[in-house]
Amino acid sequence: MIRAFKNPLLSLLGVLAVGAIFQFAFDEYIQLMVLFITVNCLMAMSLNLVNGYTGQFSLGHAGFMAIGAYFTAYASTHWNFLPAELQGVSFFIFAIGSGLAAALAGFLVGLPSLRLKGDYLAIVTLGFGEIIRVSLLNMDVLGGPRGFANIPGFSNFYMSYSFAVLWILICFFTIWRVMKSSWGRGFLSVREDEIAAESTGVNTTGMKVRAFVLSSFFAGVAGALFAHFTNFINPSSFTFLQSVNAVIMVVLGGMGSMTGSIIAAIFVTSLPEALRPLQEWTGVDLRMVIYSLSLILVMILRPKGIMGELEITDLWRKYVRRSARS
Amino acid sequence: MQDFVQHLINGISLGSIYALIALGYTMVYGILKMINFAHSDVYMVGAFGAFYVARAFGIEANPGIGSLAILLISSMLVCSILGLLIERLAYRPLRNAPKLNILITAIGVSLFLEYGGQALFGANPRVFPEVMKDFVIFSFGNVELKSFDITVLVVSVLAMLGLQYLIYKTKLGKAMRAVSANASVASLLGVNPDKIIAFTFIVGSALAGVGSVLVGMKYPKIDPLMGMMIGMKAFVAAVLGGIGNVRGAVLGALIMGLSEEMVVAYLSSTYRDALAFGILIAILIFKPAGLLGKYSVEKV
Repeated sequence: MIRAFKNPLLSLLGVLAVGAIFQFAFDEYIQLMVLFITVNCLMAMSLNLVNGYTGQFSLGHAGFMAIGAYFTAYASTHWNFLPAELQGVSFFIFAIGSGLAAALAGFLVGLPSLRLKGDYLAIVTLGFGEIIRVSLLNMDVLGGPRGFANIPGFSNFYMSYSFAVLWILICFFTIWRVMKSSWGRGFLSVREDEIAAESTGVNTTGMKVRAFVLSSFFAGVAGALFAHFTNFINPSSFTFLQSVNAVIMVVLGGMGSMTGSIIAAIFVTSLPEALRPLQEWTGVDLRMVIYSLSLILVMILRPKGIMGELEITDLWRKYVRRSARS
Repeated sequence: MQDFVQHLINGISLGSIYALIALGYTMVYGILKMINFAHSDVYMVGAFGAFYVARAFGIEANPGIGSLAILLISSMLVCSILGLLIERLAYRPLRNAPKLNILITAIGVSLFLEYGGQALFGANPRVFPEVMKDFVIFSFGNVELKSFDITVLVVSVLAMLGLQYLIYKTKLGKAMRAVSANASVASLLGVNPDKIIAFTFIVGSALAGVGSVLVGMKYPKIDPLMGMMIGMKAFVAAVLGGIGNVRGAVLGALIMGLSEEMVVAYLSSTYRDALAFGILIAILIFKPAGLLGKYSVEKV
């Protein structure tokens, strides 16, 4: 059964069926949560490519998300070349445009800064994220600090959900296939030992830039989805905290595990809602306290994260099949 | 011209505060080769510590040098204890872990202090008590030299001279330099690296405590997220001067303080926060070791 999910079409059908349940069985509040989960899944998976597979620490992911979100916001309010019935198609095209815009930004950011390592790279990407945010604050065309309102969205939950699922699967299978290709081997070799990789003829800077560009493409798409789902964006949606959120998901899920990122995205997005009664009782926003504490504890007790480098399919092979045989 | 001199004074005053915080970053980096992201939040806790001490002892009623000294000492104490705790509980278990894990832990500690602080102290800004009276010492046309600027400068120069003495003239300082050069060889020669690292955290945090009282005195509004931006700038200052280099940190901080003041004065204040990152990116691309840093070749 689990093998079926390795087929994009079958898994699309499976996840769409799950969406149908949410469409009819749950209220709007939970449906909105599901949409946010899909955005975060996309963010976590794309960041996983850089942080998990390539071993470079990026803290500016929110900046790329912001570029994507603003691109879609501008495009879908100003350019209406398709009739209203084909809204989904035009949104799809805008999402690709957002991704390309973010990827271009990723290329410009990555080319100079990816020669740096570890801590410095983290700080520089953080800096670029902040610079993007400050520039957006100063752009009156895009609303400046007031934000960008009235972004057209989908008419109902199921449309939004299917759109998001389509992009998640595109992202998942793209990264999946890339990681099985020679590029993917290059990414992994950069993570394991950069000097050794360089000396065996891997163009390490090139590999890092490729990973970075691909990652920022999907972050831009995540931003586009976010813009359509909330209908309103402003620069303060894309702060340092948003980047840290994505990092938390990647780290908790396991650096180098796609399904781990998805699980962590679901967990991290729904946890604060589950904690809402506790928050009302104590009157304090405990969400970030718990996140940060769990981040420290995970690093000390289980540095690999929940899944390590395994995928859920590997676990299936390891435990379920074995028990069936015995 | 007079405006320019005034901005110069403000910039130096700001720069010396940055320097106190940048020293903490640079010391920890010099000895552990890690960025202590939580340093700026230790500074925040120091400000709150001083705030509560001032309230408990009723210091705001009689401002003067004496109350400044009490606040400085109490804030230094609070910060050193916190720095020690962070080192012991969060960083020491990860001493030999990969760099990425240590970096993520540091970010975790920073977020924990920020949001734990919000839960503990409340998210609303508090007003720092008046430690000293602010008066004009010297004025020339529009240029005013205020007592706060002098105090900030004097206190921070004293703290830096003390640090200089500690590092280059005492036995502990020699041990610190030894651990920074090579921890395992230092331990063969009878230095306990764990103790020296803990001591480094104490000293760096105490300097942050001094900085927090000075900032509280000059800009009397403190809140749990106050460390975020000033920490970033102090860190940029440390990188600018060459991270791990004590004199470089002071030089970088002065450059940062002056350039920030000039940007606010002559360009736009909205770009104030982007400036730090602009400087950082430029320095890392063109001179990655910083102004006074040494290049090191990575050995396989």
